Amino acid sequence: MSDLAIFDVNPAARIKSESPLSMSRATVSTLRLPQGAGVVIRERAFLGHLVLRGRVSDSAFVAGVEETLGLSLPLKAGGLSIGGKDEASIQWVSPDEWLIIVASGREFETETRLRACLAGHFAVMNVSGGQTVLELAGPAVREVLMKCTPYDVHPRNFPVGKGVSAVFAKSNAIIRRVADERWELVVRRSFADYLYRWVLDASEEFGVYVAE
Amino acid sequence: MLHIYCPHCEEYREEEEFRPKGEAHIARPKAPEETDDAAWGDYLFFRKNPRGVHHEQWLHAAGCRKFFNVTRHTVSYEILETYKVGQQPTARTTDKGGAK
Repeated sequence: MSDLAIFDVNPAARIKSESPLSMSRATVSTLRLPQGAGVVIRERAFLGHLVLRGRVSDSAFVAGVEETLGLSLPLKAGGLSIGGKDEASIQWVSPDEWLIIVASGREFETETRLRACLAGHFAVMNVSGGQTVLELAGPAVREVLMKCTPYDVHPRNFPVGKGVSAVFAKSNAIIRRVADERWELVVRRSFADYLYRWVLDASEEFGVYVAE
Repeated sequence: MLHIYCPHCEEYREEEEFRPKGEAHIARPKAPEETDDAAWGDYLFFRKNPRGVHHEQWLHAAGCRKFFNVTRHTVSYEILETYKVGQQPTARTTDKGGAK
C-alpha cells in the first residue's frame, strides 16, 4: 500500500454531474430512429478512467494488476483487454502506461484495490473528469473514421480488440474497435464538443442517429 | 508525408503524429562545475546542422508520447533507421544515405 492521501473525487453527496458533452447539441440533421442509420453515436458518460503506469519488467506489478482487475495486462502495442469484472477494460497507451476504464462509480474502489495490491515503482491516477467515451456503431463507422484519421482502419490492420492513440480530426483520440461494427473514441474533455460536432458532421452523409 | 516507424508502437505512423526535437546523443558534461565556459556553451547552445545524414530525436506526440531517435538524411529526407533512446545507431553520419 502506497503511503499517499487518496480520496474519492465523487463524494456521496448528490451533486449534479455534467458530462463534457452536456452542453453539446447536434448541429446536423439526424435521423429520428436508429433503423437504417449508417452511424449511431452514443456518449458513454461518467465511466471511471484511471491512468496506470509501471514497469513491464516488474512481474509483481503485472501479476498484481491482472489479479485486481481480472484482465490480462496488454504488453504489446495496440493491445486492449475487455471483460472480466464490471466490464472493465485495459488499453495499452505506451510501453509503461495503460488506460483502465471501469463502470461508473467504481473508479475509487478500483484505485484503492490497485494501490493495496501493488508495491514499488508505479502510479495510478484518476482522470475520469478529464475525458469521455464516444461510442460509434453501425455499418458506415469505418468510412467515417477514414475521413477523420490518417491511421489505417482497414480490418487487416485494425482487428476487433485493437486500440491505438492517433491523430483524429486534427486533434487526438484513442480509437478502439470493440466489436465488428462498434468502435469507441476516448477523447479529452476540452476537445469533446469539437470532436462530437466533427463526428456528427462527418457522419451526416451516411445517416446518423444520436442515441441517449 | 513521411511514414515514420515508431520503435515503441512497433508500426509505421503518419508524420503528422510526430514532432522533431533536435539533435540526438548530446552528452551532458560529467562535471559541470569543472567545465569551461566554451565547452558548457557548446553543450547548451551549439547544434550540428549537417547537409547529409543526421541523428535526431523525435517525439511520437499523438501516439505513445515517447522520445526515440531517427537517423535521417537532411537533403533527401530519407529515414535510414529509428531506434530507442539509449541504443546506438547502426548508420554512420558518413553514410551516403539517399543523397540526390
